[in-house]
Amino acid sequence: MSGGEPTHERIAVFGGVYSNHLALAAAIADARARDVDAIFCLGDMGAFGPHPDKVFPLLIENDVSTLRGNYDDSIARGLDDCQCGYTDPRDNHFAGLSYRYTYEKTSPRWRDWMGALPERRRIRLGDRRALLCHGSPRRMNEFLWESTTPDAFIEKLCREFDADVILCTHTGIHWSRPLRGGRLCVNVGAIGRPANDGRTDVWYALLQADDPLPRVEFVPVAYDHEALATEMAEESLPREFIDTILSGWWTTCTEILPMKERRRGMF
Amino acid sequence: MSIASAAARTPRAPQVPLVSLDYLWFQVAGTVCNLRCTHCFISCAPDNHSFWFLDLPTVLDYLERSRAWGVKEYYFTGGEPFMNKELLPMLEATLAVGPASVLTNATLLPERTVRRLAEIEAGSRYSLELRVSLDGPSPETNDPIRGEGTFERAMEGVGRLVEHGFLPIITAAQVWCPHEDEAVLDRFYASCRKVRYERPRIKILPSIHLGREVLRSRGYDDSEIVTAEMMEGHDLTTLLCSSGRVVTNRGVYVCPILIDDEGANLGDSLEAADRPFEIDRSACYTCWLHGAICTNTGHLGGEA
Ligand code: SF4
Ligand code: SF4
Ligand SMILES: [Fe+2]
Repeated sequence: MSGGEPTHERIAVFGGVYSNHLALAAAIADARARDVDAIFCLGDMGAFGPHPDKVFPLLIENDVSTLRGNYDDSIARGLDDCQCGYTDPRDNHFAGLSYRYTYEKTSPRWRDWMGALPERRRIRLGDRRALLCHGSPRRMNEFLWESTTPDAFIEKLCREFDADVILCTHTGIHWSRPLRGGRLCVNVGAIGRPANDGRTDVWYALLQADDPLPRVEFVPVAYDHEALATEMAEESLPREFIDTILSGWWTTCTEILPMKERRRGMF
Repeated sequence: MSIASAAARTPRAPQVPLVSLDYLWFQVAGTVCNLRCTHCFISCAPDNHSFWFLDLPTVLDYLERSRAWGVKEYYFTGGEPFMNKELLPMLEATLAVGPASVLTNATLLPERTVRRLAEIEAGSRYSLELRVSLDGPSPETNDPIRGEGTFERAMEGVGRLVEHGFLPIITAAQVWCPHEDEAVLDRFYASCRKVRYERPRIKILPSIHLGREVLRSRGYDDSEIVTAEMMEGHDLTTLLCSSGRVVTNRGVYVCPILIDDEGANLGDSLEAADRPFEIDRSACYTCWLHGAICTNTGHLGGEA
């Protein structure tokens, strides 16, 4: 047993805050009420929503252990884009709009704070070794979608990174899959944006140490999405983004979705 | 700086190792195709038998072996994959272990084939992507390259796929000027709507100046090479040869672009093909410029 990693029994994990401070506050309150012993955020604090600076104090005051996602990495380093790699002109247009907005509205102090965050974190969930990351253990901006992530590929990542459990985000749609040999992969989804399922709720993951595998529960969080939509409108953020908050359907940046995930959505 | 002096300082082209076998390709139809497109970079045609069909046992064997490598996505290409009579069972077996993409000209998609594809797709947790090659948004632009009547036939195929729940990815080699991209995209959208494809996925690819494309447009010139200096600070994993290999009936090649080049044949197994490749071919320059143009998702892990 390699020492050093903190051991937890019951944790809440989320990612993709996307400046949705109202959903963040609601998710944290929900997790607290469920008696978790730690809360983790897997990164992507900015994008999409209004007033990016509002999320950082919430994370810090609530002792959320936070990782650096690709968006945070871009903003911290002042890169030209979010490293999502869109090629479609329409997707690029919207991604560019929210990136510039977020970049301009994020204080230098928080940029530095994000730049210093770790890219990965190791913990124990009971006796299982868990690796927390943003996209995938090997690459911050790798998408792990349910329909394009084979078991054998997850097993390889677990072997290479010496982990039983992989926790990731980055795609915005949650899923989990237990594998043979006590392994588990969980994409915790995003709390900043609905999961392209026609519901306005956002989702986080609750993990409970257990044998042979931690138990996973995805928790829907209702929050004042209409208030968020109002804030977004006041900030002149695109109508398309506001529609997503109000309808639960993704309207932009859908080119990265594999067919199964794309087909479940509306656009 | 002249090319000669660059070459003198960098005597060897960069070596690209296989960082991770993420993308396993099957040249299932060899170089056999029902069409004879003027830009085909491996010059496929009904009578080009330099590569022959892969058989089902071979594909099953590679699939089984590929699991130890943790392959992430499987690709089926040719020639025209649907000319391989065993394609459907191959796809069914593949979708039991991971996602599959078929690169097709969509002219050989009768109703019963598409119905069976839909059943196979519904039976898997993984995505089955159909990538349809077109070269223009209309018969006038497409057919001079792909052949008389091919636009209508391909769009019929697209319509049938859509009717059965697929969202095919239409890929078009960029045989027009880059500044026309948006206008061309709009016309593609309009053509898709005619076959009731309401939310089309369209991807524009750079053309590769090999095979018949040399005659159609141009070949590479001597300056179009990748030097060691060009690779400094360049993300290696944007090149397919760092993350993929292609299985053919004549062995495992470094990538689907270079199968006409015997030097790109790396041996008879995935183990044999797990070695660095010197990217001194002129097509490598296109990859260097544009990244992994062959996969749905661009480079290793990311998107391009
Ligand atoms: S480009 Fe595709 S459809 Fe055209 S000849 Fe080559 S393999 Fe066949
Ligand atoms: S053509 Fe592209 S993928 Fe093939 S060896 Fe050259 S750089 Fe690599
Ligand atoms: Fe991300």
